[in-house]
Amino acid sequence: MQLDYELLGFKAGLEIHQQLDTTEKLFCRCPPILKDVKDAKYSFSRYLRLSESELGEKDKAAIEEEKKEKKIRYIGYDTTCLVEADEEPPGPLNTEALDIALVISLLMNMHPVDKVFTMRKIVLDGSNTSGFQRTAYISSNGMIKSNFGNVSISSLCLEEDAAQKIDNADKNEDTYSLDRLGIPLVEISTAADIKSLKQLREVAEKIGMILRSTEKVKRGLGTIRQDVNISIKDGARVEIKGVQDLRSLEEVAKNEVIRQINLLNIKKTLKERCATVNKKIFNVSGDDTFAINLKKFGNLPEIEREFDTRLKKFNPDYYAIISNDKDAKLIGLKEEIDYKNGDLAIVVRDKRKKAISILNSILERADYFLIGVPEETRRALPDNTSEYMRPLPGAARMYPETDVEPIIIDRDKIERIKENLPELIDHRTERYIKDYLISEELASLISRSKNYRFFEDVVNKYNLPPTLVIRTLEIIPQELKRNNIPVENITKNHFISLFRIIQSKEIAKEGIPQILEFLAKNPDKSVEDAIKYIGLNTVDLADIEEYIDKIIEEKRDLLINKRDLSFSPLMGVVMKEFRGKVDGKKISDILKRKIDEFIKNI
Amino acid sequence: MIDIEEGDLIKIKKDGVEYKGTVMPSIDDTIVLKLENGYNIGINIDEKTFIEIIKSKKEIDSSILDNKNQDLTAKEKGLPNVSVIFTGGTIASRIDYKTGAVTSQFKADEIIKIIPELSDIATIDTDQLFNILSENISPKNWVDIARAVYDKIKKGSYGVVIAHGTDTMNYTASALSFMLRTPIPVVLVGSQRSSDRPSSDSYVNMICATKTATSDIAEVSVVMHGTISDDFCLIHKGTNVRKMHTSRRDAFRSINSVPIGKINYPDLEINLFSDRYKKRDEEDLRLYDKIEEKCALIKFYPGCDPGIIDFFVEEGYKGVVIEGTGLGHVSSAWIPHLKQDIPIVITSQCLNGRVSNRVYDTGRMMIKAGVIDCEDILPETALTKLMWVLGQTKDLEEVKRLMRTNMRGEISKSTGYIF
Repeated sequence: MQLDYELLGFKAGLEIHQQLDTTEKLFCRCPPILKDVKDAKYSFSRYLRLSESELGEKDKAAIEEEKKEKKIRYIGYDTTCLVEADEEPPGPLNTEALDIALVISLLMNMHPVDKVFTMRKIVLDGSNTSGFQRTAYISSNGMIKSNFGNVSISSLCLEEDAAQKIDNADKNEDTYSLDRLGIPLVEISTAADIKSLKQLREVAEKIGMILRSTEKVKRGLGTIRQDVNISIKDGARVEIKGVQDLRSLEEVAKNEVIRQINLLNIKKTLKERCATVNKKIFNVSGDDTFAINLKKFGNLPEIEREFDTRLKKFNPDYYAIISNDKDAKLIGLKEEIDYKNGDLAIVVRDKRKKAISILNSILERADYFLIGVPEETRRALPDNTSEYMRPLPGAARMYPETDVEPIIIDRDKIERIKENLPELIDHRTERYIKDYLISEELASLISRSKNYRFFEDVVNKYNLPPTLVIRTLEIIPQELKRNNIPVENITKNHFISLFRIIQSKEIAKEGIPQILEFLAKNPDKSVEDAIKYIGLNTVDLADIEEYIDKIIEEKRDLLINKRDLSFSPLMGVVMKEFRGKVDGKKISDILKRKIDEFIKNI
Repeated sequence: MIDIEEGDLIKIKKDGVEYKGTVMPSIDDTIVLKLENGYNIGINIDEKTFIEIIKSKKEIDSSILDNKNQDLTAKEKGLPNVSVIFTGGTIASRIDYKTGAVTSQFKADEIIKIIPELSDIATIDTDQLFNILSENISPKNWVDIARAVYDKIKKGSYGVVIAHGTDTMNYTASALSFMLRTPIPVVLVGSQRSSDRPSSDSYVNMICATKTATSDIAEVSVVMHGTISDDFCLIHKGTNVRKMHTSRRDAFRSINSVPIGKINYPDLEINLFSDRYKKRDEEDLRLYDKIEEKCALIKFYPGCDPGIIDFFVEEGYKGVVIEGTGLGHVSSAWIPHLKQDIPIVITSQCLNGRVSNRVYDTGRMMIKAGVIDCEDILPETALTKLMWVLGQTKDLEEVKRLMRTNMRGEISKSTGYIF
């Protein structure tokens, strides 16, 4: 489908969650590391209940979670303590994490608040043992530049990560692993300033770059998660959680736009049909089977799919979606609920209270089909579509975490951080292109790497081409890694000796991959050992001259016929003998000299 | 500067940044704002800060409908009547915005509104006797509680639940055990996690306590989590229970005895571990509410100055409980100081096991000096018992006899192997 995003009134905002690389968790002293479920040391089970916020309101999203009344099992490890188990009050907010959050804030031109309050954000799905996620608002009003227009950064919050849900066959019980609970993360929210898919991607990449520039964020799978808020004209704000990666971002956004367009079309269809939502819930059998009948809602697959997801989430003992006369007859409901062709009936069997609450939630959603697009939170799926998760949570789910003292943000500290902000990776890339005259590709590669400081040291200290240093530090190890060679064993000292030896031209650069491979496999050995083992410097210049003389003698005819043009084929022959053992440049110098001498004497 | 009030919706402009939110209580000059997204933040005000009131608290209040007029005890289904007496503590606590800490501010009827299951177990009536954190409870409060329970039983309650702070719950429980002869269950309950959080143990504890109050266990008992899971609560005899962890849900443990039983959650089935309990209507209602508050509990430690005993006697104390080492010892330097005209009761800081001063010389000399060897009683229970006994008699020999006699399950005949 070709979409004109400007015409559609497309607006998007990003919410990026990034784990911080600290030595301890946010509210306890446990290490922020993930464990294998097999290493679990204990488990316990809980139920969560909804409590009111300080203003006496209950949160909509939380109420819906509570309707599910699930038993939650938690598993703990030797790296988790009573704080994660909600068996001990939290410790003070981790100041290392706060400092990183402030650095990130200032890199995005944000304004930190004067006093930081830790809040409890009610989350009843079980992913937090306490029933809330601890979160603190650190700063606001930032801005980042984009090629498609600047985007404001509304807020940065410091939060504890949630426990991770573990696959479980038991439908009445959810299991969560406590290792991830409490790992510090920042939540960065942009304003809904993003007007196109390209800009969406660019902004996400830019924020990612800023985060990595601090060198204090975790890397790898699951350490960064992005949510996206999307709306179109006449549609509504929909939050899509857990977009897998940057590549999926554009696709997810596009699918959401299409979904909202479809919902607007459904609304039109329903209006034309004069469809209505009758709020009556029929008790069709015993004390446990209830039904609703949505007049003229039938034969719209989008609606049925939506209801199906919701019903699945509530997990009743039994449910059915009936969209034709035959099925209605089959279940024997037709008369009882006044089912006519073109209607959509839903039957739920469970405990009275639960069944009625589920059907009420369906009725509420049905109402929205007549209005258009409901505001809600959806979950991104692997195929880049999304499914309903819960209503958009509101302010009512926040109340103060009284076990944690507020922290005053010292203005002097802000100034100190401002003076020592890390260089942005993008800035470094530009500097490398300019200072070292290297390609953007190589500059970007090394400036993103954790080796960038080492790279600068080497290039400044040794007389080596920057491209050679980048190849040695980044590209060759990457290639070796692809062949499962344990390159992480290579030490900084190995690299230093290697660069020293290359500079003194004792070996040729062609030998680097073999040396690195040897060192990776034998980390206790030295570069000299590697050279000896591989047999790289057994050749001296006299041997080369002798060999070249011999080849020239053998190829006399070629030289006489082709003269200068015979260089390339002869170079090939000589290199075959000496590759990696002698610098190619040295060989070519000797060969050139010998050929010149020969031609002169013809 | 513009006058702002807690609850006003205001706008603050500072350093080019605009904040909009509701004014929250603050303990210092920082303005605490609740932003529209629910976060609280603190902003320092200087002369360049711009503040504007968007809507005052009064305007906001008048637009909120009052929906608090719900009849909570309306659900009467012919269920037995259980009286819930609130005394304070974490189970009835919520946030104090003045200090930012948790304090007791829950209205009694609110907690019932939050736990509707209670109305499926019993017809509930509630009273807020006082609102005191556990550490601030004094022996006078035990007397108040005992009288309140007595009144409830007299008026026909089928069971009584006392919501109490956990820190000193075992003192109150043992004191009530001595002060009351009760034909119905009297259950103390508390929580280790405040009830303003979704994971609070107060829900399960309260439900299990109310269920216990309708059982035939006519004892003063403590009902609290049995494990760190929401799977069952233990029913402890009031004289045998002790808080053994600062923060865990399952902090309460029966010492030197097995709990009376457990009550499973959520099915609320009671499993009994012991028949050492009084059955419903086995005892007639009596109140012995006289106690002697001037009693002390001392923990002996290496090098502890025996002059402490003389000090308490000089200060007019009427009795002292000593937590001795091991089998119940103090250093031999104490022996001359143990000969006093007031009762000196010996318990062990081991908590588990029985005091026995007939094994070593020091012990034998302590007995000779006139101390009261108090078997396997808990030190805290020995203190409340001594206060109560001294409230009943001043006769030293009678005090000695009563202290060594099991009255409310505080002393067992033989030390069983508990596993």
